[in-house]
Amino acid sequence: MKAFSYERIDDAAQAAARAFEVPGAKFIAGGTNLLDLMKHEIEVPLHLIDITQTGLDDITETDEGGVRIGALVSNTALAANERIRRDYPVLSRALFSGASTQLRNKASTGGNLLQRTRCPYFYDTAMPCNKREPGAGCAALDEGADTRQLGVIGTSEHCIATHPSDMAVALRVLDAEVETINPQGQTRRLTLDEFYRLPGDTPDVENVLEPGEIITGVVLPAPVGGRQQYYKVRDRASYAFALVSVALIETDDGKGRVALGGVAHKPWRRDEADAELGNGAKAVMTKLLDGARPTDENAYKLTLAERTLAALLAKE
Amino acid sequence: MTSTTTFEKHRESATTRSAVVLSINGQRHELELDNRTTLLDTLREHLKLTGSKKGCDLGQCGACTVYINGERVNACLTLAIMHQDDEITTIEGVGDVEHMDPMQQAFIDNDAFQCGYCTPGQICSARATLDEIRAGIPSHVTKELNGPIEISDEEIRERMSGNLCRCGAYANILKAINQVAKDQVAKERS
Repeated sequence: MKAFSYERIDDAAQAAARAFEVPGAKFIAGGTNLLDLMKHEIEVPLHLIDITQTGLDDITETDEGGVRIGALVSNTALAANERIRRDYPVLSRALFSGASTQLRNKASTGGNLLQRTRCPYFYDTAMPCNKREPGAGCAALDEGADTRQLGVIGTSEHCIATHPSDMAVALRVLDAEVETINPQGQTRRLTLDEFYRLPGDTPDVENVLEPGEIITGVVLPAPVGGRQQYYKVRDRASYAFALVSVALIETDDGKGRVALGGVAHKPWRRDEADAELGNGAKAVMTKLLDGARPTDENAYKLTLAERTLAALLAKE
Repeated sequence: MTSTTTFEKHRESATTRSAVVLSINGQRHELELDNRTTLLDTLREHLKLTGSKKGCDLGQCGACTVYINGERVNACLTLAIMHQDDEITTIEGVGDVEHMDPMQQAFIDNDAFQCGYCTPGQICSARATLDEIRAGIPSHVTKELNGPIEISDEEIRERMSGNLCRCGAYANILKAINQVAKDQVAKERS
């Protein structure tokens, strides 16, 4: 790990201003992904700003009848929260399907959103990766590369990595918004779709956060009710990343929403696919995965996504 | 973008050490550490509390599991300097040869290890597993998110998935945890 300087700042706006001012600064909260990446020297911050005492660790009701989740709320605290379990079960289910309890106890809501891909070539510093080193090339696109776990849609000729978060897939299907504050003290709210970028020709830029801008929380709209499910398909029964995951909400009016994890650089959802829910899994996936460009090794994800959704729809 | 030289200059000139007071197993330790020092390395290398083990050092194996303010975490994935004011408990604080914790005794009674390297982490996680079920925290395999949680092999296996055992003592680890769970229920009834 490279050496770094460290300070704790107990106010989010001040932390944002400070991060803007110090070159090479990064925020640290749970640290479960950042320290892992620092040990690999994939992340090499010069300065760490500890934001764990900024008080952003509450889950509160909003005036609109929804819930505001502080950026520092741990994955365990969020998943186990009574209101979340009752009114947003798809979020609890997604969180409980990810990582181990030790990691969920430490990992924060904001950090979960910002975790980096688990593409094997991003982690292997001996291989070229445009995400790690812009312009270096992408080893995942070389002939014979191991792409079984990688993206099938929204990919580019520079990167086919996926976003690894389960939580973000549930937040996407719930129409959640990410709340931020910038170094000038201005706040804004972004939908998950607006927040995450596709890789394009700058796969190293994964979201629209500006320098110093910090996530302060996530806002859930009023509960939509209905039947909510999260189905994660993976290589082992526990503690593994998704090959494909499906977040599904079926509301009483016969309508619903679907989001996919494990297939793209961001949680994957399309309005036109949601509109097909009454017509079955095949109709939904035809719209949702239109334009997919899988490799020979990961084309199975298209079939798997459809069958996973079919299994959820068929559930009693 | 700031050039590499500026970066390296900062690394050379900036203070890369910090002072911290840690509370471990009820004892205060005043330390001055390289900022990079993980809680695990602090325990093992600086304080000679070598019960917590280093397996993967990447949060994948669970051999370093300790409690911070009562919750189990991977000590290898957290910086020691971030734990001023926290209560840290390691396997040394769980029990010793004279005062064995029931879970430690159950691991011995059930032959729940071979080489023993993962055992301190397994025991810390096992105790937390039963506490978490009692606190009503569901898991991936819990059928009803809002209902009571039954202690079952499936629940225990899921909740212990962050602790690997390369000797493959899983069957007896499961037995040990079930034994403690049973004893706890019996004790609560009496």
